[in-house]
Order: sequence, then structure tokens, then C-alpha cells
Amino acid sequence: MTSANANSHGTSKTVADHLEYVTVTVQGQMLGLPIDRVHDVFVAADITTVPLASSEIVGLLNLRGRVVTAVSLRRRLGIPDLVVADRRMAVGLEHRGESYGLLVDEVGEVLKLEIDGLQPNPVHLDARWAGLSRGVHQLQDRLLIILDVDAVLAFETQKQAA
Amino acid sequence: MDDLLREFLTETSEHLDTVDVELVRFEQDPNNETILRNIFRLVHTIKGTCGFLGLPRLEALAHAAETLMGKFRDGMPVTTDAVSLILATLDRIKDILAELERNGVEPDGLDNDLIDSLEQMASQEVPLEAPVAPAAEPEVGTLSYQVLERALLPGEVSLDELERAFREAPGPEARAPKMTPDPRSKPPAETDKKPAASAESGEGSDTPISKVQTIRVNVDTLEHLMTMVSELVLTRNQLLEISRRFDDTGYKVPLQRLSHVTAELQEGVMRTRMQPIGNAWQKLPRVVRDLSAELSKKIELVMQGAETELDRQVLEVIKDPLTHMVRNSADHGIELPRDRKATGKPERGTIRLNAYHEGGTITIEIADDGRGLNYAAIRRKAVERGVASEAEVERMSEAQVAKFIFHPGFSTANAITSVSGRGVGMDVVKTNIELIGGTVDIRSEQGRGTTFTIKIPLTLAIVAALIVSSKDQRFAIPQVAVLELVRVAPGSEHTIERINGTPVLRLRERLLPIVPLSKVLGVDGDEVADEGFVVVTQVGRQRFGILVDGVFHTEEIVVKPMSSKLRHIQLFSGNTILGDGAVVLIIDPNGLARMVGSGSEDSQFQNDENPEQASVDDEEATTLLVFRGGGESLKAVPLSLVTRLEEIAADTIEWLGGRPLVQYRGRLMPLVASDEAMEIKREGLQALVVFSDGDLSMGLAVEEIVDIVEDKLEIELVAERSDLVGSAVVRGRATEVVNVAHYLPLVHEAWMRSAANRADAAAKSILLVDDSAFFRDMLTPVLKASGYKVHAAARAEEALQTLGAGTHVDVLVTAIDLPDRSGFELVEALRGSTRFAALPVIALAVRHDSRQIAQAHKLRVTELVAKFDRHGLLSALSELHGSLEEAA
Repeated sequence: MTSANANSHGTSKTVADHLEYVTVTVQGQMLGLPIDRVHDVFVAADITTVPLASSEIVGLLNLRGRVVTAVSLRRRLGIPDLVVADRRMAVGLEHRGESYGLLVDEVGEVLKLEIDGLQPNPVHLDARWAGLSRGVHQLQDRLLIILDVDAVLAFETQKQAA
Repeated sequence: MDDLLREFLTETSEHLDTVDVELVRFEQDPNNETILRNIFRLVHTIKGTCGFLGLPRLEALAHAAETLMGKFRDGMPVTTDAVSLILATLDRIKDILAELERNGVEPDGLDNDLIDSLEQMASQEVPLEAPVAPAAEPEVGTLSYQVLERALLPGEVSLDELERAFREAPGPEARAPKMTPDPRSKPPAETDKKPAASAESGEGSDTPISKVQTIRVNVDTLEHLMTMVSELVLTRNQLLEISRRFDDTGYKVPLQRLSHVTAELQEGVMRTRMQPIGNAWQKLPRVVRDLSAELSKKIELVMQGAETELDRQVLEVIKDPLTHMVRNSADHGIELPRDRKATGKPERGTIRLNAYHEGGTITIEIADDGRGLNYAAIRRKAVERGVASEAEVERMSEAQVAKFIFHPGFSTANAITSVSGRGVGMDVVKTNIELIGGTVDIRSEQGRGTTFTIKIPLTLAIVAALIVSSKDQRFAIPQVAVLELVRVAPGSEHTIERINGTPVLRLRERLLPIVPLSKVLGVDGDEVADEGFVVVTQVGRQRFGILVDGVFHTEEIVVKPMSSKLRHIQLFSGNTILGDGAVVLIIDPNGLARMVGSGSEDSQFQNDENPEQASVDDEEATTLLVFRGGGESLKAVPLSLVTRLEEIAADTIEWLGGRPLVQYRGRLMPLVASDEAMEIKREGLQALVVFSDGDLSMGLAVEEIVDIVEDKLEIELVAERSDLVGSAVVRGRATEVVNVAHYLPLVHEAWMRSAANRADAAAKSILLVDDSAFFRDMLTPVLKASGYKVHAAARAEEALQTLGAGTHVDVLVTAIDLPDRSGFELVEALRGSTRFAALPVIALAVRHDSRQIAQAHKLRVTELVAKFDRHGLLSALSELHGSLEEAA
């Protein structure tokens, strides 16, 4: 239907056919973030909790002199918090000009995947997950869910403080 | 656009703003040659430059205006019309300039209409018999704000006509308008008036009022500089924090130096952002002049403190609210001349603007001597709008009622004028001001006028904040909002008490509502500790205490905006990174007050009225403590007199010579029954109402506390009994109002005894000498929180007086730079006397200077501390404290 599709059937594969993803793990599930959206990966230490904030927000942290809002991917996906989180990894993202740190269990390697390999979400995928996912890549031994960064960082905050 | 042209544009718009102001002055004072000469010179300059740059349209306009002004100089009478015409010409010039700025070329078009009028006015002795412009009714041009005060002279074109021509003009290919037979009012080609006006107002803001030697710097450059300095301050704070932890003296000195330099740099950069508030006022004389013409009122605008400086960012934000408020005062406040005359006031109303610095804030007052707020109308309107019920409105004080005008869509003006009365504005004004951490306050007296007081922080970028902790988390509270710090602990001098579970603190005879921070934050269980510090905070006229667990220090913090995901939490105004790298949230006292006060707005908070004002005003509702004494009748006493409520076990009451006494906070407190018919209990629990005067307390034994109610206190029947003031109807029930003064002689003897018992507190007392009120205000709470008694003096002379008067002082903390004589001279004077020869002294230095160190050494100054290093001061004090203890 599009030229990109037509291209991929050709013999010469260009860079445009591939996308790179930073992989992260949450509760054993592997998820991918488009590499062009990831600014850095860092250890989230000394997080200042923000009372009255919505539950997805873990707090604020100082990343080289900038104040970054830490968002828990677990809570965004509706997974309960880890009981012991000694070294919390975070992926630095930008969304509408503001800096965020997405807290994950682990950060894995960077994968280069064919655009064509991206398949739509299974229809019975949990609505909460489906809303944050752009699709699924089938890797050899596991599945990789591609996250929609903007959707992950677009959540309701307007619940009025008591 | 070439540089020359740009230079010309900035300069000319400055000139024009000045001319605007000067012309209005000149109109009021037509005989003032200096003003005229000044205006003439400015217009002449504009004309000259235009000619030089090849701008024929502008040159022609300026020339015509200059000619007319030349006539003034030659003695032609100055009329309102003439001034209006010149002002209109100036507006046209501004429009053309705006166009010029956008496109780089002078727009096409003709200004014959204005030029002809100007010329005609100038040659008025020989009126032309040209067709007279139709004397259009003022209502025709709704966009126009000009009302003619007399019929048009031959050759004049009404502004309405002009305005219409503007709007109906088809475009650049200037067709002759069909509806105007007057050949002279050819429509000017450029029509776009609104953008021009806004561009011009944006530009006017950056113009200094007086001519000093200056260079123009791009605002972005300054902003960038400011950001960098902010970062530098942060880094400096981090370094200081590290140096505090490691006791390495090797780099302490250079670090101290760095600290000074940074502080000075910060101050310098801040100063570059400062602008006189007069810049925001520049347009007001013109606004008021036009308004008074339109509303047929006589209004004088008095401006004081125009040179008061504040941050340009703040200036931008308050500019429009200020203009709006002045318009409001002119429209709603000032009455028509005949009405004023009828009430015995001078025909000319006055709107007074006053700006001055006060601590870290700037205060702006907008006062008019008009009719004042119509409280009845506001009450009615509030009920109509469903903002409050009729019963609520009746109970509210005038101050509370006045606040309704800040509600959206609230206007009591009967008629909607073009000026105001559309019900938009005051809420926006309030929002804008609160946005930058400011407050608005209203004081109004029927028939006497209304005063709005705006308090805003000097700058938004860096503020002094008190770092506090609650449940192991740190928060910053802007120092501006902090009045004092009180340490509270059960059994100590200050204790948190509860009225029906709501915590209060008695502070100098008044009950202060207490808001435990942990509770507002929602991090709290059910139990609230009663130990910690109360940060006494004032928001508008509400005063309340924030209970925190710990107080650390004050720190200059760089305010960073909240993430958009967190902005809905009104408790926080932003966040910052502290010296140790931690992110802390900045508490917004306004937001806190709103959160706690929501529901019943103010009633939970004590309104900090002037006592004399409250007593004069009978309408004022009083909060009463209602209790049962002996018998069935209810008794009441104003809650403001009550220090605290107690319930004690009756077996702890001791009887000494028939007098009941109770051990109360380490002292004996006499008890007295509230009614002769009542007996003090011998067993069970006895309820007490405690009154205090200074350190002395008295317990009034009552049968039962009934309620706390707010009601109008109208004493209806003066009782013959001296223990009662009289009786009043409180909440529909007859209630006896107790005369506290009656009980005092009853326990007089006991008063004396308890006074003798008083042991002096062990607190060391400090005499703090500094000429900056801001600095004193900032340091005093910090010192008090650390357990010192603080006396303050602004000058060396005052300090000597305090010491000479026999005030006990353990340590002298003095700034080196004082207005009358230097801190060193003060110390020298003290060293000369035998009494103070050994008084420990801590000197506060602004600059690092080896000469000062040597001199300090010579004068046996205990310690030389950097002025803004509060840690340093506190540690120096505590070291000193230790050695004093040892010596004692």
C-alpha cells in the first residue's frame, strides 16, 4: 500500500527499513522504545516523592542539574511495584518539551528490527496495554512489545487534590 | 531592516511615550514652559530624524504637530481639543511606526485629514469656510473612546469619523468613501489598527524613564545570563554543602571568596533585569485623561514611587492588571462631580498609585477617594449568583464580602459602560497576580474610597526560602510568606491545642489555626504529632501556622516550574535543586490556604484585622466561645481573648488558703469559678478556659464548653453585675457575655505570686544590627528557631541605645556596613566601655577583604562571617554558645 512496503520486497535493504529500539524489561516482559526518543539511560537515585500526585508519578529527580519527572512503567501498565527495588533503572525521554524518566526493571540491548516485522496488537490484549503499544515484534525466543512513548507519557493528572 | 532604522524606531517610540505623558501634564498646566519646551524638542527631533531617513509621511505628521505646538509656545490658548488632536496624531505616528517595524518601509497612505486639522487649528484666527465635518454623535463609533466636549470647530474631524474611516477603508487602493461628503477626511490607507497597538505596547515596556548612560541589550541575552547565574548559584551551594561536610580548611577561603563573588554577580544580574515600575505606569495618565473625558468626571492621577524597581518579568505580568484596576477605580470608584459635591467632597477625584519596597516584596497601592464598595450590592449579587447563601452572606465580615469581587463574572455596576462593568477583569487580575506569587487585598470604606494593595515578589527567578521537613521529606517555603517560627512541644512554652480536634496555637494572646503539613500532604496516618515547628504564614490578611517536623535553614533557591503533570497540585508552586543535589518541592502558601480554606473560604482562618478597626466596626462578626457556667444560662467570651481550653483532673487542683490553684506548665495558676453559683469540682474532670496576659495565666472554671460560634456581637442589656459585660443573642439564644477583667482582681494576689516564680529562660539573647529590614526579617526567625532571643537594630546608634538601656545581650551580631557608622566603629565604641569590653561579636561581611580581617582581629571580633552564609553564622553562634556555657 505504501512505498515503504513495496521497497521491502526488493533485494536491497536500506536503513529506512529498519528501526532501532532500546529494549527494557518489566515483570519479565520485554518492551521496546524507539531509539530516537531515548535521550539517555540512567540509574534513578534519590527520587523526591510528590505528595498528591497521580499514582503513575514516582517523583522528581535531579539529572545533571535538571529536574526530571519519574514515571513508573509498571504502574502505567497496571503491574504492582517491585517489592525490593535496589537499583532502579530509568530511560530518559522527552515529551512536549519536558523531561521524563521512565522507571523500568532492567534496560537491555539495542535491537535493530525490520519495520515490516511489526504486527498489530493481538485483539484480546489488555486494553491498558493495547493503548500504550504500537504493535508486537516476534523475536526468536520472545515477544517484543513496541511502546508508544507519547501514549505512555499522556495520562490523566486532573484528579483534584483533596 | 538596517541598524539605523531600528535605532530610530526604538528611540522614537520612547520619545513618543514621553510626549504622551508630558502632553497630559501640559494640558493640566498649560503655563508650564518647561514641559512645552520638552515636548517641542522631542517632536522636533522626531521630525528631523524622519526627514533624514526619508520617511515623508512621518515627517509631514510631525511637522504639522510641531507647527501647532509652536503656536502654543507663541501664546495660543491650550484647549482640550488641540491636545486631543495632537494625541491622535501621535497615535497615528505610532501606527505608522509599528507598520514600519514590521515591513521595513513606511506604509502608503495619506494623513491629510489630521494634517489639515492640525494646520487649521494652528491658523485658527483665520477659519476656513470649508465644509464642516458633520458633528457626529459620539455613539456612532463604538470602538472609539473619545467623547467630544463641545461641537467641532470648522475643519475639525471627529475621532469617530476617523475611526469609521479607518474601519470602512477598503484597503491600500484608497477609494474615496461614499458616505462622507467631506473631502478632507480621506481614509488613510493602512487600516490594521489593533496589531499596531499591541506591537507598540510591547515595545514601550523596555524603555527607561530617565536618560542615563545606557546600552541596549537584547532581553534574551539577559535571560540567558540569568539562567547561567542561577546554575552558578546552585553549584556554589553544592560546593558549600560539601565543604560543610569535610572539614578541610585548605579550600574554605577560596570557596568563601567564590561565594561572595557569586552573590555579587547574582545581585548584579538581577539588577540588570530590574526596571522602574513607572514603565508600567507610563500609559496611565493618558488612560485616566481619556476616561475622565468619556465619563465626564474630574480625576487626578497621583503617582508615587515610580522609580521603585522590580523584575521585568514581574513588570510584564502586572502591567495589564494595574491598568485595569485604575480604569476600575475611575469608572466605579470616583463619582460624578455633582455627586461628589453633594457629599461634600472636592469635585476632582483622586486616584493614587503608590509603590514601595518592603522586605523582599514590592507593595503597590491603588487608592481612590470615591464612593467605596457597595457591600449591600455585593452581598445581594453573591446570593443571586449562588456563590453563597443568604445566611452565609449575612454572617460574613466586610472584608470577606469584598473578596467576592474577585469571583469570575462578578460586577455590580448597574450599567455596562465601555470602560468596565462587563464582569471580566478582577478575577483575571487576581489570577495574574497570584500566578507570580503575589496577593491582592482590598480595603474599602463606604463613601471614603477603596484601596487595593498588591504585594508581589521582587523577582521570580531566585527567592529566599525556608527549608523545612515533614515526615522525612524536605520542602521549601518562600521566605516572603513566613512571619516567624515558633517551636512547639507538649509541656513547653508553646503547645498545640485542639478545639474539637482542630489544632490551634496560642500566640501572643491570639489563637492561630494550625495546618499540619503532613496532613495536607496526605502522607499522614491518623495521629498528628504535636511537636515540631510552626511556620507562621500570612496570605493576604489570613494568618495561619504550618506545622512541620523540622526547620533547617534559609537558602536562595532557583525556582523551577512544576512539570505539567504536577501543575494541578495547587499546594506546590514549583521545585528546586538544593545545595546537596536533592530535588525539593516549593510550597505555595496561597495554594495551601486555598486547599485548607476551601469550602468556607475564610472562616477557618483568623482574619488579621487591625484591632482598632474591628472594634469600630459593629457589623464585624465575632467568634465567641460559648460555655455553661453555673445554672442554666449560657455564657460567652470572645475567642480572641481565650488562650486555651483545658480539661484537668479535679484531684490535681490544690487548695491554698481556700484558693484553688493548679500546677500548670511548671507554675501555679489560680482558678476562679465562672459563676458564684458554681462550685469547682472536687472529683472527675474540670473544664477550664485559660486566659493569659504575658506570662501570667488564669483558669476560669466552667461547667461545660458548649460551642464556638461566629456571630455579630450586639450587647443588648448592660448587666448590673460586674462579672458580665451584658447579654447578647448568640445563635438565637440569650447568652451572658463574660467580663474577663472582672476576674482578674479576684486572683490578683495569685498573679503577683506567679510572677515572682518566673525563672528566666536560659536562651541566649542576640543583638542583631543591620540596616536592611529585609535581612533582619529574614534572619530573625532563623535565629529564633535556633533558640535565641533576638533584639534587632537598624543602626549603630540604635544598637548602642539598646545596649545602654540595659537590655541583656549575650552576643552582638553586626553588619560591617551600617548607614551611620561602620560596624567596626560600633565594636570599637563598645570595646572602649568596661561593660562591653568582652562582649562576643560576630561581624557580617559582604566582601572578602584582608584589611577587614586584620581589623576584626584587632577589635577581638569573635568571628567574621559572610553576610549571606546563614550556616556559617549559626555554627559560629553555637560554638560561641558552647564557650559561654563553659564560662558560666
